[in-house]
Amino acid sequence: MKTTMKSFLVITVLIIATAFTINPDKGYQVGDDAADFKLENIDGKMVSMANYSEAKGFIIVFTCNTCPYSVANEDRIIALDKKYKAKGYPVIAINPNDPKAIEGDDMADMKVRAEEKGFTFPYLVDKGQKVYPLYGATKTPHVYVIRKEGAKNIVEYIGAIDDSSRNPDAVTKKFVENAVDNLLAGKKPEVTYTRAIGCSIKTVK
Amino acid sequence: MRNFLFFLCLILILSSCKNEHVEVKKTATTNQTFIEVTLEDIPTVNYEGLEPIFNKKDDKTYVINFWATWCLPCVKELPYFERINQEYKDVEVILVSLDFPKQKEKRLISFVNKKKIQSQVIHFDDFNEQVWIPKIDKNWSGAIPATIIYNKNKRKFYEQSFTEEELQKEVQSFLKS
Repeated sequence: MKTTMKSFLVITVLIIATAFTINPDKGYQVGDDAADFKLENIDGKMVSMANYSEAKGFIIVFTCNTCPYSVANEDRIIALDKKYKAKGYPVIAINPNDPKAIEGDDMADMKVRAEEKGFTFPYLVDKGQKVYPLYGATKTPHVYVIRKEGAKNIVEYIGAIDDSSRNPDAVTKKFVENAVDNLLAGKKPEVTYTRAIGCSIKTVK
Repeated sequence: MRNFLFFLCLILILSSCKNEHVEVKKTATTNQTFIEVTLEDIPTVNYEGLEPIFNKKDDKTYVINFWATWCLPCVKELPYFERINQEYKDVEVILVSLDFPKQKEKRLISFVNKKKIQSQVIHFDDFNEQVWIPKIDKNWSGAIPATIIYNKNKRKFYEQSFTEEELQKEVQSFLKS
């Protein structure tokens, strides 16, 4: 019985591992030192990672108002912040969309949405769309888990929140939670890269 | 033991998935009047149920378009796919909707009726997207619109929007081969 269980586990891990051997073309890779940013929050204040002297790291989520995948993940993003802020990994949300390219994603819309949903984390504007290309984000939502190491911000996980973006009731693997749990335990995340599922980031062509 | 329980749950979840295979039929000809669809007319399938539409070995060319009612570029190019479906006798268009499960009735069914869509529409719903997206095509990021055109000789995947001219040209390149 035990051997069957073990070989089943090994096969499953192998299948999952092969499904994850895709790398983004550009932007940060896991292990890179991510640049800090200074972006305006919906309350008018400027926010940088450097403001969080107590944090052990960050859950950076590129997300927006208008994408149905982002909306479907809002409650999960709030839950991540509630669970991990106190443990040293707060959520920082960044809206990468150009509000000129899509209706519903400007600062005023973001304020309304954050208030409606009761966002417990900063919701920043990627003004001029400088930050998301640097990180290599392509989707909303697109998550980067970052671990602070001295003055460095090391990228530890890139991808999706979990394995069921459209249906929270069908989630079997919580990629971000697992990654942060491992980091909190002083270990490396087991899964470091997944496909971010969502809408393309909107730019004026 | 915890691992075992986890996999037991996983197996239960997987085996409880719907497994209806999709019977693909030409639903309309050019002059046919549109009959309103109901929830039952548009099947909801998981990946296992969807897979047969990628592996047809007959003489037709299949154009499979992934779309959703909330995806503006997808909605824009739908009429081009509809015309392909009507104009070419040996081409079959299948529109795979990624609309959210909760919005199937409110958004998808009403959209199909409003636009009088004649091509076959399938509603696709599966979890574990890290597995099914690369199965559909290893280069797919999961973004829509995305299209597969194939016949028994040739297969191509497109993660892009089409103009009508581009789509016609691509489909015709399959009919020559």
